[in-house]
Amino acid sequence: MELLVCIKQVPDTSEIKLDPETNNLIRTGLPSIVNPFDMHALEAALVVKDAHSDSHITVISMGPPQAEDALRECLALGADDAVLITDRAFGGADTLATSYTIASAIRHVQTKQGKPFDMIFCGKQAIDGDTAQVGPQIAEELGIPNVTYVCDIKLDTNEAGKPVTVVTREHDLGYEVVQATLPVLVTATLALNEPRVPTLWQSIYAKRYAIEHITVNDMEVDKERLGLGGSPTRVRKVYQPPLRAKVVMMDGSVADMATQVVNMARTVKGGATHE
Amino acid sequence: MSELETKQATTQVALEQTAQVEIPKAAESVAPEAQEVPENPLAAYKDVYVVSDILEDKIQPVTIELIGQARILADQLGERVQVMLLGEHVQNQAQELIYYGADIVHVFESQLLKDYTTDGYTKVLADYLLVHKPNVLLIGATNNGRDLAPRMSGRMQNGVVADCTILSVDTKEGLVEWTRPALGGNILAEIISPNHRPQMGSVRPNVFKKPELDTSRTGEVIVEPFELAETDIRTKRLNFIPFSLEGYNLEDAEIIVAGGRGMGNKENFDRLYELADALGGVVGATRPLVEKGWIDLKYQIGQTGKTISPKLYLAFGISGAIQHVSGIGGAETIIAINNDPEAQIFQYSNYGIVGDVMTVLEEMLAQAKGK
Repeated sequence: MELLVCIKQVPDTSEIKLDPETNNLIRTGLPSIVNPFDMHALEAALVVKDAHSDSHITVISMGPPQAEDALRECLALGADDAVLITDRAFGGADTLATSYTIASAIRHVQTKQGKPFDMIFCGKQAIDGDTAQVGPQIAEELGIPNVTYVCDIKLDTNEAGKPVTVVTREHDLGYEVVQATLPVLVTATLALNEPRVPTLWQSIYAKRYAIEHITVNDMEVDKERLGLGGSPTRVRKVYQPPLRAKVVMMDGSVADMATQVVNMARTVKGGATHE
Repeated sequence: MSELETKQATTQVALEQTAQVEIPKAAESVAPEAQEVPENPLAAYKDVYVVSDILEDKIQPVTIELIGQARILADQLGERVQVMLLGEHVQNQAQELIYYGADIVHVFESQLLKDYTTDGYTKVLADYLLVHKPNVLLIGATNNGRDLAPRMSGRMQNGVVADCTILSVDTKEGLVEWTRPALGGNILAEIISPNHRPQMGSVRPNVFKKPELDTSRTGEVIVEPFELAETDIRTKRLNFIPFSLEGYNLEDAEIIVAGGRGMGNKENFDRLYELADALGGVVGATRPLVEKGWIDLKYQIGQTGKTISPKLYLAFGISGAIQHVSGIGGAETIIAINNDPEAQIFQYSNYGIVGDVMTVLEEMLAQAKGK
């Protein structure tokens, strides 16, 4: 099986703190990490490879040259190859332009290796943008089906003897078990698996590995669809949402404070019955 | 890397998924007086469309919330509200959508549309909308809607903004301003789609108020012909395992009593159910507790769980991680109880109690059960 994992290097948003004086976000000095959902996507590919040892895993990312660090982290966990899509021409892309760029790079890699990917794994969303759009948009650009919010993956064959995947996806009212033909793109939730830790041997491999860079001139692309110029959406304004009025810290005995809270709850319920 | 570089890198990465900050000067806005003005191709795109969110042939509440917002946008733009209603047997619910504010409801019925599929829904919707050219298209940001919206944007090659929580109209330019949280809810980004139509976004459920039902409203219900074959759909639903039927709905609750890691153990956490019962509320939790298996996934509050809007939210032993806090912004009053006076949760709360969580909980329980 040819497996591809799409990853993104993101700032660790869980490390974001508020400046207690100004209540402004402290966004500098955040560590860069592999998007946590993407680690589950990689683990899912590794599980497939564990079961089908002739499988081959490529990891791909789009970003500045320092995103190589994120790719090396994936190599240390067991990915075979890593590719970085990097060019100033790709900067400022929104999700549609980003997915077009990544899909074009995927086509480039497929042509080069002479075979298509059977499964493409993405995280369900990135923790910085939170859009959950790039996965399905890549699938659409490549013309393959997608299954999002996946929390279980099994490989199987259908009645016609063709390989299929049976995945469980999170749904607003429960879990949906879906069979999809290959090739397919899936997006991973945290519930999908528990990512493994790197091995020493793989870490040495990752350190020595020369990561291929794909630039705009390496691919067959419509340049009009790249970067900021190829993005239909524009961010007009970015601002910090207003906080609540300053918190009132209660004091007094535990009993007094509990009384206040219980009374507030009774007001809510009492108010409701009079409405 | 210098601090400045780090900052730039961070900001750039952060915005990449939503698009960039600068807006290029409208270089192409030549205003020719002499030459013949070619008709603006964008002018052919009209009306505000809503894709209804259907589960098990039942219209989901987010659809009504979207119709309410669509009505407001359409009135400002001087346009109509049209709803795309897909399912197996859904026509009988169309009239209700008119009562809530729709002008036209397009009904697409087929056994193949009974359950949402990416391929089936994208094909039927895009085939119709590429011909009928909406100005604005709203999709609910449910799991299915967040699957559908990007796929549609790929098919129609238009912009799409995910998980919007504020919608407004720039009346001067006639553009919808889509505002969405990013960086785990730490920032809000206002996004426009100046040159592509439909202007499209997914809109978070349970953020906007349901409009009033007005049974005097009139409109048109049109059953539409369309083409969809079984072979168009490359995924097949084999089974559906619903969340346990017993239980409750966090989104509708007036009082939510929630626990975080500070509860210590499951036994302590389970006492929250007693308090919730006594106060007439329900119990929710942060993600770590769901991962520990103390409570079902459907009661998780936050970025990857539910967005809630109760009148009163009691946060017991919740540190205030940004992923959690981004789901509680709609709460009217937030009271946090934590033994750490520095806990981040206090910055998002109306009232704070510093103290041992279990001591405070036991006291509240005694009082709430007392009378």
